[in-house]
Amino acid sequence: MSSKLSHLLFLGGLLMLVMLAACAPAPTPAPTAAPPTAAPKATEAPKPAAPTTAAAPAGAAKRLLIGFTASQTGAQQVASQKQTEGLQLWLDDVKKAGGIKLKDGTLYMPEMKFYDDESKTDRVQALYTKLINEDKADFLLSPYSSGLAKAAAVVSEQNDKVMITAGAADDATMEQGFKKTFQLYTPASRYLTGAVDMFKKFVPDGKKIAIVYEKDSFSTSVAQALQPYAKSAGYEVVVYEGYDTGTTDFAPFINKITATNPDAIMGGGHFADGTTFAKQLFEKKVPVKFVSLLVAPPEPTFKDIGDAAVAIIGPSQWEPQVTYSTESAKAAGLPYYGLSAKAFTDAYVAKYKSQPSYHSAGGYAQGLILQKAIEDADSIDPAKVVAALDKMKLMTFYGVIQFSTEAKTHGKQAAHDMVYMQWQKNAAGALVTQIVWPLEAKSADAILRK
Amino acid sequence: MNLEALIASSFDGLMLGFVYGLMAMGLTLIFGVMKVINLGHGPVIVIGMFAVLVMSQALGINPYLTLPVVAVLGIAFGVVMYFISLHRVINAPELTTLLATFAVNLIITGLMTVIFSTSPRGLDVSLGALQFGAVTILGTRVTAVVIAVIVTAALYFFLYRTRQGKSIRAVANNRNAAELMGIDSTWMLALSFGLGIMLAMISGALLATLFSFTVLSGGGLETKSFVIVVLGGLGNPTGALFGGIIIGLLESITTIFIPVSWVPVLEFVVFVLILLVRPNGIFGAR
Repeated sequence: MSSKLSHLLFLGGLLMLVMLAACAPAPTPAPTAAPPTAAPKATEAPKPAAPTTAAAPAGAAKRLLIGFTASQTGAQQVASQKQTEGLQLWLDDVKKAGGIKLKDGTLYMPEMKFYDDESKTDRVQALYTKLINEDKADFLLSPYSSGLAKAAAVVSEQNDKVMITAGAADDATMEQGFKKTFQLYTPASRYLTGAVDMFKKFVPDGKKIAIVYEKDSFSTSVAQALQPYAKSAGYEVVVYEGYDTGTTDFAPFINKITATNPDAIMGGGHFADGTTFAKQLFEKKVPVKFVSLLVAPPEPTFKDIGDAAVAIIGPSQWEPQVTYSTESAKAAGLPYYGLSAKAFTDAYVAKYKSQPSYHSAGGYAQGLILQKAIEDADSIDPAKVVAALDKMKLMTFYGVIQFSTEAKTHGKQAAHDMVYMQWQKNAAGALVTQIVWPLEAKSADAILRK
Repeated sequence: MNLEALIASSFDGLMLGFVYGLMAMGLTLIFGVMKVINLGHGPVIVIGMFAVLVMSQALGINPYLTLPVVAVLGIAFGVVMYFISLHRVINAPELTTLLATFAVNLIITGLMTVIFSTSPRGLDVSLGALQFGAVTILGTRVTAVVIAVIVTAALYFFLYRTRQGKSIRAVANNRNAAELMGIDSTWMLALSFGLGIMLAMISGALLATLFSFTVLSGGGLETKSFVIVVLGGLGNPTGALFGGIIIGLLESITTIFIPVSWVPVLEFVVFVLILLVRPNGIFGAR
């Protein structure tokens, strides 16, 4: 081979590596709710009204500006749109109710202003600065995804603004000693710990767990918490190994897992890899009774893999079948606030003609929690609202909400639990999702893989 | 070490290796005849994936029955691509053709992203599985191997038994001499490029029956093809096939012993070692 050709080969290889790096999928954020879209221009949503009060005329209401960015374009577009839709629905409900009313009769009518962050961190930082300094937003909500929310939180904390995050499950984001940032999602470290509890309940003779995970920050956080939890529960972790984002051929990996004879496989990463992994587990007839994977199973299109989806379990922040209610709140000794899960689902379906995802529910809950905090604080003063959020412990259609008051983890979600859904076949043979854990929220009994 | 896992992975790697070989054959054929490194190889593989996806989902055709259509589309697309991007610069320094195909890569990826977005896609193909102890042989993989072997055999038949094929080999050997013998080298170069693209698209179609994919899947596959081509010997289609099998086995077997994320590193170590120790590849360049 001539030296010219050798040089050419190296150049070609270099170019391809550059292309690979450029095309590499952006790290998928932890399941976070994403806000609605906004173009480079700010978008103002209709003025909201509080759900609980209807007395004061709308004209007398004071403006309450809620700012955020949404990923109308880029990698986070789909989930972000769902989150924004949920938030928009909350705004509609507040408007119908006439605004947020304080005890002295003062009425606040929320307005939303948001921009398209293009799923980019640098855009988030610039736009949150704009929302605070130019638009004079009273309160902030986070963009979708841990990475973007973290960037937004830095700006909001620096400017002393209260921000409710949704779609940001990464633990590290909320372990920086933030003062005015509050996390709605169950942190990533608790995503699959419930799966271990469920495994213990349904497979009492199980002994070995294989943990395989995508090597991105979110999935790694989940796995790092899962491994010690599984060990502390008495299980032998026979495989603990990550795979690269973009992996498509799991066959050799599955052979390696199968050789260790695990009773359960837990982990995964995001939609593409989770779907392929589940499909190949099925094709290779891996005799594992219990499989719980991140992110992919709760997506409706997961059922496209057909019978391979049956019995696959996935953690979800929320599912339409959840049974949180005034009764369950009373049983748990908690106050219940806001609408029911059914009312939310029905309103969402009526407005958007599609089923809400947990991203949608997270968006609605973002607004709902802020509303409750303002009502409890009886003020929009940030310090009073923060105090109200610190004291908050209640149940909503989205689940139980309570924030950490420890200095290092202040604002981190402390009470919300994941629900675990499972794909099952109904009487007609169609694939449907059921909630199988926790037992008090179940819509059907869990089934095991054959 | 678990012997059962080793045997199972060896079978998986061997079968996948045939498809990898077919994939790399497209790249090496083009280089062998034209001395062009086609940096548009990855996106073309992706076109094959989406061609079978669109035909099977929109028209309800069995994915395997779409392969002849994919082949014809591949040759036609390759010929058109040759005349648009390469014909004018075919005699220019090699860097020029490299950049020309790189431009094609960017254009195809951009257009495909606009049309299909980067969402993951997959075909629901299942042909059952045969189980021998710990070894599970998937019907889809067996079918992919059979098709890869048939396509390879057909390619060799074409190159060694037909007038057009012999003309392509003549052009690859000595373009000026071939022209003096009355061979239309322009047409032969276009046809060679078309064949290379066809092989890439067919391999893409076969990979689509095995794994999920996105518009951006081509990058990794192109790099893998590059490693295989260097391993097997530049311009050597047989070498590419065996190179594919070696890489397939390497990927599968090493996963048993080392963390799976180290496998790509190992592949590139092999790539660099081959370039340093045996730059003509294991089976020799042609």
